[in-house]
Amino acid sequence: MSEPDTVDSAQPPARRPQPHIIVRDLTIAYGDFVLMRGLNFVVNRGEVFIVMGGSGCGKSTLLRVLLGLKEPATGEIFYGDFNFIRADSEARERQLRRFGVLYQGGALWSSMTLAENVGLPLGEFTDLSSAEIREVASLKLSLVGLKGFEDYYPSQISGGMQKRAGLARAIALDPEVLFLDEPSAGLDPITSRLLDELILEIRDTLGATIVVVTHELASIFAIGDNSVFLDADSHTMIAGGNPRAMLEKTADPRVRRFLTRGDQSEQDRASR
Amino acid sequence: MRAEHASAEPAAVAFERTDDAALIVRLSGQWRMRHGLPSGDLLTRELMRSTGIRRVAFDTSQLGAWDSALVVFVTRIIEICRTRKVNEDRAGLPAGLQRMLELAEAVPDKKEARVSAIRASIAERVGRASLEYFGGVTDFIDFLGAFAIALGRLVTGRARFRRIDLVIEIQDCGARAFGIVTLISFLVGVILAFMGAVQLQQFGASIYVADLVAIGMVRDMGAMMTAIIMAGRTGAAFAAQLGTMKVTQEIDALTTMGLDPMQFLVLPRVLALILMMPLLCVYSDLMGIMGGAAVGAGMLNISLTSYMRETTAAIQLGGAFGGIFKATVYGAIIGIAGCLRGFQCGSSSSAVGEATTSAVVTGIVYVVVACGIFAVLFHILGL
Ligand SMILES: Nc1ncnc2c1ncn2[C@@H]1O[C@H](COP(=O)(O)OP(=O)(O)OP(=O)(O)O)[C@@H](O)[C@H]1O
Ligand SMILES: [Mg+2]
Repeated sequence: MSEPDTVDSAQPPARRPQPHIIVRDLTIAYGDFVLMRGLNFVVNRGEVFIVMGGSGCGKSTLLRVLLGLKEPATGEIFYGDFNFIRADSEARERQLRRFGVLYQGGALWSSMTLAENVGLPLGEFTDLSSAEIREVASLKLSLVGLKGFEDYYPSQISGGMQKRAGLARAIALDPEVLFLDEPSAGLDPITSRLLDELILEIRDTLGATIVVVTHELASIFAIGDNSVFLDADSHTMIAGGNPRAMLEKTADPRVRRFLTRGDQSEQDRASR
Repeated sequence: MRAEHASAEPAAVAFERTDDAALIVRLSGQWRMRHGLPSGDLLTRELMRSTGIRRVAFDTSQLGAWDSALVVFVTRIIEICRTRKVNEDRAGLPAGLQRMLELAEAVPDKKEARVSAIRASIAERVGRASLEYFGGVTDFIDFLGAFAIALGRLVTGRARFRRIDLVIEIQDCGARAFGIVTLISFLVGVILAFMGAVQLQQFGASIYVADLVAIGMVRDMGAMMTAIIMAGRTGAAFAAQLGTMKVTQEIDALTTMGLDPMQFLVLPRVLALILMMPLLCVYSDLMGIMGGAAVGAGMLNISLTSYMRETTAAIQLGGAFGGIFKATVYGAIIGIAGCLRGFQCGSSSSAVGEATTSAVVTGIVYVVVACGIFAVLFHILGL
């Protein structure tokens, strides 16, 4: 942001972190099977927050709970001052409209073209004309590298492209909070690097808070401001904080193994 | 995996007891999955027979080519050793196999993740099934209530859905259903006329076939046949569409975008069916009467004019409206059953199949129940 009078540059460079998502004593269960317990973390406004952990430990499920698609067994979730768990469905719906979500499988509406997918929320929640909607949809698609695919149906593009189109839909309404479930899974290294840059760009220009579920170590270190590490065996979070700092400081062998891809020599070097 | 010196012998196991409380398992021959696996019971029997064994070792000097068959067999042996608290010595196994075993053991078995398949007693299963059944009825009523709210929003102009979806659904469950409704209704008319004709001819009252067909079609059969066709055609399609959308998280994507799936997906579908069913019903009545007329003209030598005159005399306005009203209610039932089953769908492709089946069954069962209720109700009201 180059203009000197914007709100952002008017603030001191080291802004005081402002809590945006607050999770307290969250327990998540499928029936009697407790998947996660004792989750406590805070996501600050405008940061990229990484949710990591082994496959099947419950990252996608945690996202579903944060989005109200699944009720937690116990615990509370606040978005700013808004008590999400206690709120009625209408208030929740209003809150959800400020979110953008990319699902693990893309979840594009298969009966609509890419432009219609991206344009649907614009048509429902803005006063834009249909030509303008089309323009915005094209812009969002070109941001994820899908210029020219406006009139394709989801079944006519590859899995990685579906992922990117899903991201375009998630950012259609310039959301306050963006939830991304494994955005770079299935993408080649270069595209996934471009995606990382796009995520940082969204954070910086829109000031969006971004929650990313990912296994991709390169992404974790490149974009993560803060993180939480879920462990499947102990059914709770066992670490948190800035991923780069975590790699240097953590004493927990499970976290270390994950952050070094289980590579023994790197673990030794790191612990030296 | 790897062919050492190619011995073409089939897979074989032999056991040999040595002095130092150890049992040697001699593996020889070709271990291929396509040839099947020797049983692990042999080892158990061997261990039972001889006491004091504290170690099991392997000898693979005569082993030929092997693949996963051998890995599975050795895993079995290791399992048996574990449960009997006997040490196993893997040094004798091929290096590749040792590495594979290590890989397989790297992630510990998640006992809690295993779904326990305890067979319930018959009383418990009957109890559960009936609870589920009545739970199904309340689910249906819940869903009906939610749909009514969405309909209310539509009336006040606050419902969010794409108008084009409604048009597409109307086309699909209206215009596209004409062919099959024509065929079935015409045949039902023919069947009704035939059944009546055989009896009525004996009394020389064959002209009353026209009354029979007209009243039968208009009061009940028209609505009922259309309902059954639409349950199999459209109700199933609703369940399959929504079920697939559930599996691919498309419904979640709507919800988190603040778009209520009830308004966005269910409203246009059920509304289309409610709007189209009365029209289809009237059309079906007509086709049935034509079927009856065909039998009358072809078999009973009744002229078309007198058949039609008899028909118009037989049809009462009340009965005709009753039939159309029933068709509307059946449309709502079928549409809601289809959408409900789609929403209840689990997250696999087989669940979509089950949802579809269940939508058709639920739809037809509730339609027949409603038909019975209407019969009693109309009787009391004197219609
Ligand atoms: N509907 C369900 N019923 C019961 N258990 C479930 C259900 N859905 C998921 N699980 C269980 O919850 C656990 C976590 O699933 P989840 O999809 O959240 O994992 P994940 O951390 O996102 O994994 P991945 O990185 O592979 O996507 C899994 O062990 C799974 O067995
Ligand atoms: Mg996941």
